[in-house]
Order: sequence, then C-alpha cells, then structure tokens
Amino acid sequence: MQVNEFKPKIVAFCCNWCSYAGADLAGTNRLNYPADVKIIRVPCSCRVNPLFVLRAFQRGADGVIICGCHPGDCHYTTGNYYARRRMTLLFSMLDYLGIEKERTRVEWVSAAEGAKFAATMNDFVATVTKLGENKRLEDLRCKK
Amino acid sequence: MQEVMKNKAKELLASGEVRAVIGWKKGEFCYDITPAVFTNAEEIDNGFIYDDFCGANLSKYLIKEAHKDGKVLVFLKPCDTYSFNQLLSEHRINREKVYVVGVSCDGKVDIEKIKRTVGDGIIALSSDGDKISVETLYDKYEINRADALAERCVNCKSKKHVAYDELLGDEGEVLDSKRFDEVEMIENMTADERFEFWRNELSRCIRCNACRNVCPACSCEKCIFDNDNSGYVNKAPVTSFEENMFHIIRAFHVAGRCTDCGECSRVCPQGIPLHLLNRKFIKDINTLYGDYQAGEDPEARGPLTSYTEKDPEPSVVTDKE
Repeated sequence: MQVNEFKPKIVAFCCNWCSYAGADLAGTNRLNYPADVKIIRVPCSCRVNPLFVLRAFQRGADGVIICGCHPGDCHYTTGNYYARRRMTLLFSMLDYLGIEKERTRVEWVSAAEGAKFAATMNDFVATVTKLGENKRLEDLRCKK
Repeated sequence: MQEVMKNKAKELLASGEVRAVIGWKKGEFCYDITPAVFTNAEEIDNGFIYDDFCGANLSKYLIKEAHKDGKVLVFLKPCDTYSFNQLLSEHRINREKVYVVGVSCDGKVDIEKIKRTVGDGIIALSSDGDKISVETLYDKYEINRADALAERCVNCKSKKHVAYDELLGDEGEVLDSKRFDEVEMIENMTADERFEFWRNELSRCIRCNACRNVCPACSCEKCIFDNDNSGYVNKAPVTSFEENMFHIIRAFHVAGRCTDCGECSRVCPQGIPLHLLNRKFIKDINTLYGDYQAGEDPEARGPLTSYTEKDPEPSVVTDKE
C-alpha cells in the first residue's frame, strides 16, 4: 500500500555572501538536509522584499526561511539590520492575522556554518511538517 | 468657526497671497462633506463649510496643488498636521508654497453611527453643543454627540497642531489615548480566533482602493496595485489570499510612515477596521524600536529606514508563546 506522506515545500532565501556559502559547505561536508528546501540566492538578506515572502506562500510554499549574514557581518555592512526590522514586523503582522508564525523564520548563517545550515533546515522542515499544509495563506488559483 | 475661516480665506485670496484655498464643501447629502479647492470669494461664500462632518484630511491634496504656480491655503485639523509633516519629510510638498491654517477640532462625527440609531432618510442635521438633532423623512431624533463620534476621534491621539503658519481657535495637547487597546484585545485572542476575525473583516473587501487613494502616506505615482501584470492582484479579490495580500501590503507600505489619521477606516465603504492593521505596526514599532510618532518631527528618521545594533531578533515574534 502506498502511503502519501506530507512533504512540505520550503523556500529559503539565502544571501550570496554567507548563507549560500554555508549551504554549499553543508553540501561539501556531506551533511544531510531535506530536499524539500528550495534555495533562492539573493544578493543580501535585505533584498528580500516582504512581497517575496507572500508570493512564495501564494505559489504554494508551506514555509519561508530567510538566511543572512550574522548582524554586524553583512557584506554590505548594514543590509541585514534593515532586513531584521522589516521581517520582524512582517512576521508579527502575519501572526496578528492568525497565520501560523512557525511558518516563517529568520536565521543568521555564516559561510563557515555548514553544520548550522543543515541543522536549521532539518529543524525548520520538521516544524513545518508538523504544521501541515499551508491553508491560511494559499491561493487556490495557483493550485494544480 | 466656519465664518472666521471663510473670512481668513477671503482675506488671503483678496490680498493675492494665496492662489487657491483647499477646504471642504457640501456633497450630495448634508452629512456628505467633500474636500474642495476654492479660487475666489464667491465660491467660498457659496460652498465653504466646516462642521462635524469635515473628517477628510486635506494634506494629501497639497501634493498636486502645491506643484502649481502660487501659494495654496490649506486648513488642517491637528491630526492632519501630522500627515502634512510626514509628507514634508518625504519631500512630497514644497513647504514654501503652502500656507497652513491650523483649525481646532473637537472630534468629528461618524454618520454610520448616527444611521445605526436613526436609520436611513436623513434630511437635516444640526449640532448644538453635546447634542445632535437629526431630522429624517420619518421622524426627529436627538443624539448625544459623544455617542456619534468617529472611532478615531474617541481615541484621539493629539489635539496639538505640529505644523502651522497661523492658528484659528485654541491649541490643544497631545493626548494619552487608548488607541492600542483594541489591537491588544486582538493580540490576546488565539491564532484561530484572530484568523476568523480577520477573515470576517477582510472578506468584505471589494477592492475599491478607497483606502489607498485617501491615504496621505500612499502617494506613490506608480502603485503596485495598479499594475495588472504584477501577478499580485486582480481588479477584484477572487481568493481569500488576495484579500489578505492586499491588506498586508497596503499596511506594510505605510508602516513607519502612517500617522494614524484614520482616513482608511473612514472611507471604507464596507466598514473594515483598517486602522487596526496600521496600529499593529505602530504598536510593534513602539515596543520593539522605541516610541515613534510619524509626522511629529519632519526631521526624524523613520523606524524602517534606520536600525540599531541591539534591535531584537525576529525570533521575538516567531518564538513567542
């Protein structure tokens, strides 16, 4: 008998300078993390417009995670500080509207933290899997 | 008050100091007061009005009017002056081309609240101190003015003008308002209750864009909501996602710049409490990044265009119980 296990779709926005390299390191170190994580490379975490997060949910993501350099280590000096304020407010608003706050996360991952990247992704995927499908912020037009 | 304002406007028009006057005039109904531009004394004599229904915030009209030749006179209520300052700080208005006359305000009346008591068919309204007499096609009523005040005026944040060239009437104080109480009430609900609450409110949205059009902070020439190819929005909301999306984006685009003038809720034909979304952002900014009132100081840097190294991590939101 075939069992249809729920596999969440996770979108990870990773900054080019730290987190994307961190993901690369996780790969070269042969650390496992679920294939459900789809990485989108962005120049900086502050490139992530709040609209991107909503758009990801619209197109069927079950969770969105934004990874950037640690505060103070931004390649562009201050980008992640702005991203931090912006995303805090956006997540708070999503929570206010009753959308599960566990579906969104910001994590700082440096280029040397391959292990942290893998651990973060494992943990996030587990959290979202537990939550199940994204029903509250889905766009039926985008469903297959 | 109305006569004093009329005289002031006529005086400045006659002396040639201003080219036009932005004020209010009567609309289709006696309670339907709309913003208007007056250019001569005759128009002012015939049309100019200042009463309990002049809720409209005139600061946004300055963006277009102050780009024309000559100076413009504008009447601003205390809460409108915050929007004015905010527009100044965003370089949307040339301060030298505007003559601001601050007018005192003792709260504006929400016609929907009156209609809830008296029903339809209102033909005449007059307010006298604490009472409002309403005449409908069927009957006469007397209503306490306090019961008919608009929500934003019940929780008025300030009676103080933060910008003016001249003041008519008395200057007030910044008030200690209870405007965040309702936000707190919603925050204290469970996530499911909040979701239900907002579904109930936002599903009424007909995407008329009135909230965007009236908002002094929403003054972009090109707006994402006008771009049909953006993929974000259609002309009418077809799914619940789009309703959520529209309102999240609208509120986010004015986050840190919203002065909480309450115009969005006033103009919403569906009675959606949009100010509760804006106030949520204001409340979060106040608690996370320190008290900030947009428009109070035109030189101040907005909370979303600045940062400190010690800002709380987004996990304060995502990890809270």
